[in-house]
Amino acid sequence: MARFLLRRFGLALATLFVLSVLVFAASQLLPGDIGRNVLGPFASPQDVARLDHQLGVDRPVYIQYLDWVWKFIHGDLGMSLEYQVPVSSLLGPSLINSLKLAAVAFCLVVPLSIFGGVYAALRRGRLPDRVITLTGLSFTAIPEFISAIVLILIFGVLLNWLPVTAAFPADADFFTQVYYLLMPGMALVLVLFGYIARMARTGTIDALESDYTRTAYLKGLDTATVVRRHVLRNSLLPTIAVIATQMGYLIGGLVVIEKLFNYNGIGQRIYTAAVNKDFTMLQSGVLVIGLVYLTATLLADILYSLLNPRIRYAAAE
Amino acid sequence: MSTAAPAVRLQAAQIARRETLRQLVRSKIFMSGAIIIAFWIFCAIFGYRIAPHDPLDQSFPQLVGPSATYFFGTDQLGRDVFSRVLAGARDILLIVPAATLLGIVGGTIVGLISGYFRGRVDDVASRIVDAVLALPLIVIAVTVLVALGHSTVTLIIVIGVVFTPIVSRTVRAAVLSERQLDYVAASQLSGERAPYVMFVEILPNVMGPIIVETTVRLGYAIFAVAGLTFLGFGVRPPSPDWALQIADNYTLLGAGTYSWTVLFPGLAIISLVVAVNLVADGLSRVLER
Repeated sequence: MARFLLRRFGLALATLFVLSVLVFAASQLLPGDIGRNVLGPFASPQDVARLDHQLGVDRPVYIQYLDWVWKFIHGDLGMSLEYQVPVSSLLGPSLINSLKLAAVAFCLVVPLSIFGGVYAALRRGRLPDRVITLTGLSFTAIPEFISAIVLILIFGVLLNWLPVTAAFPADADFFTQVYYLLMPGMALVLVLFGYIARMARTGTIDALESDYTRTAYLKGLDTATVVRRHVLRNSLLPTIAVIATQMGYLIGGLVVIEKLFNYNGIGQRIYTAAVNKDFTMLQSGVLVIGLVYLTATLLADILYSLLNPRIRYAAAE
Repeated sequence: MSTAAPAVRLQAAQIARRETLRQLVRSKIFMSGAIIIAFWIFCAIFGYRIAPHDPLDQSFPQLVGPSATYFFGTDQLGRDVFSRVLAGARDILLIVPAATLLGIVGGTIVGLISGYFRGRVDDVASRIVDAVLALPLIVIAVTVLVALGHSTVTLIIVIGVVFTPIVSRTVRAAVLSERQLDYVAASQLSGERAPYVMFVEILPNVMGPIIVETTVRLGYAIFAVAGLTFLGFGVRPPSPDWALQIADNYTLLGAGTYSWTVLFPGLAIISLVVAVNLVADGLSRVLER
């Protein structure tokens, strides 16, 4: 078990290293001089050189990379080129906001899609199965800003049930915050539902067709018990893996959804950083997103191995 | 003898191909998707000519609801939404297939190589694939487009490059199971070089998964291009692109009554996405039995 976890952790670190190099390389693609970009075309060459020196961009590339990583590990994400304040002071609150929105979407989509998938599998080939599978897959493919706009039209404008912005008042309590995040959360749910439900459905069908399920039926257990004790325990394992991989999408979807609902999350931060060419912010924001994704998949893998006796015991040997 | 055998095999391949085509034409799922796509391709080519009004003309009354003159109403700059929906197919139908093709070609090459050679090459490729997959496509695309400055070509390249590792995974998996088979060993033993074995022997046998992957990627590419355009990093104004129309007009939604300015371009995107998925579904049913 420990060896498995260690290996998995090592892989995540290796991936993180490659990712940091890629992100750093992307920021080196920026044409021209960073100091010149910040100060504009009319600044004197001396001022540009001074700012470059101050920012440390006149040093060799590998030194800059090591310096960036070293500072990143110690929580120093640099100064925002646009706002002249530490990036971490802006990214931190935004990340928390995004996690709130992601949490709302997550709490909606996981029970809904698992229930939908399992239900479809139990009614396999019949109308409920077709409806769930087809609508799920269709929504998965529709860009989130379009389904979000349809949601706004229905729940925000026509019925007037939910606010059309996600920016809740600063002093909002827990329930008010959830109330504001419900609609953007639903837009993300529509995209994710199809994948997770399909996985839950496939897993459940596989489990239903297995020998142990037949044995359970033959020894006289009723359907409810068979499903609960034998089918679900096996069918939900692959679902967990798929939920983890969808975390990546969830964060990407945040960029669009946060802009649409005018919500101050990390997606919105990355978007504004990109528009303003605020490269320190962009660089750190992107790496933070990668870090969040890798942590999520790592946790899912650990959970998966803890729940799956085959891996638990195989690793113990 | 030696000349007859390939001829017979060729004929068999032809028959199989004809049979696949016949099944596709019979498949309602595939055909309904194909017809919708054909309609939008027609609009992409002739949209500007068949549109009742000039899609870029801003001289019409602003924000008029759908009527006999303006089927889908007009937007806040006084442009005819119906004409813009017809003409708006062009950019997305140019960018999406180009980006997908790039990703498929790149992914096929990388997947064939890493699946065929395995070992060290494969390990390194897998790490890079994982790293790219750790970032959402939108985030990668926004970063690169800002760094390089955006143009249609850059947009196509970014999406194609991000698709490459994802496609390579599918191809690699197919190649791994294919290279166990006798014909690969036979070809190697008869002294064929690795590129010949990969591209002439193995590639035709993994075309099924590649074609299915292509249609799936097309769907994702629409998703990505539309999202990026909405954010302002995709198709540029004054193009009547659908996502751009939505980006231009969605701020009016708070007022509530101008829904036609976003609804019709939205429906256009939805119809295209659903059509691509129908084709993908129909193809995978026929090819993966």
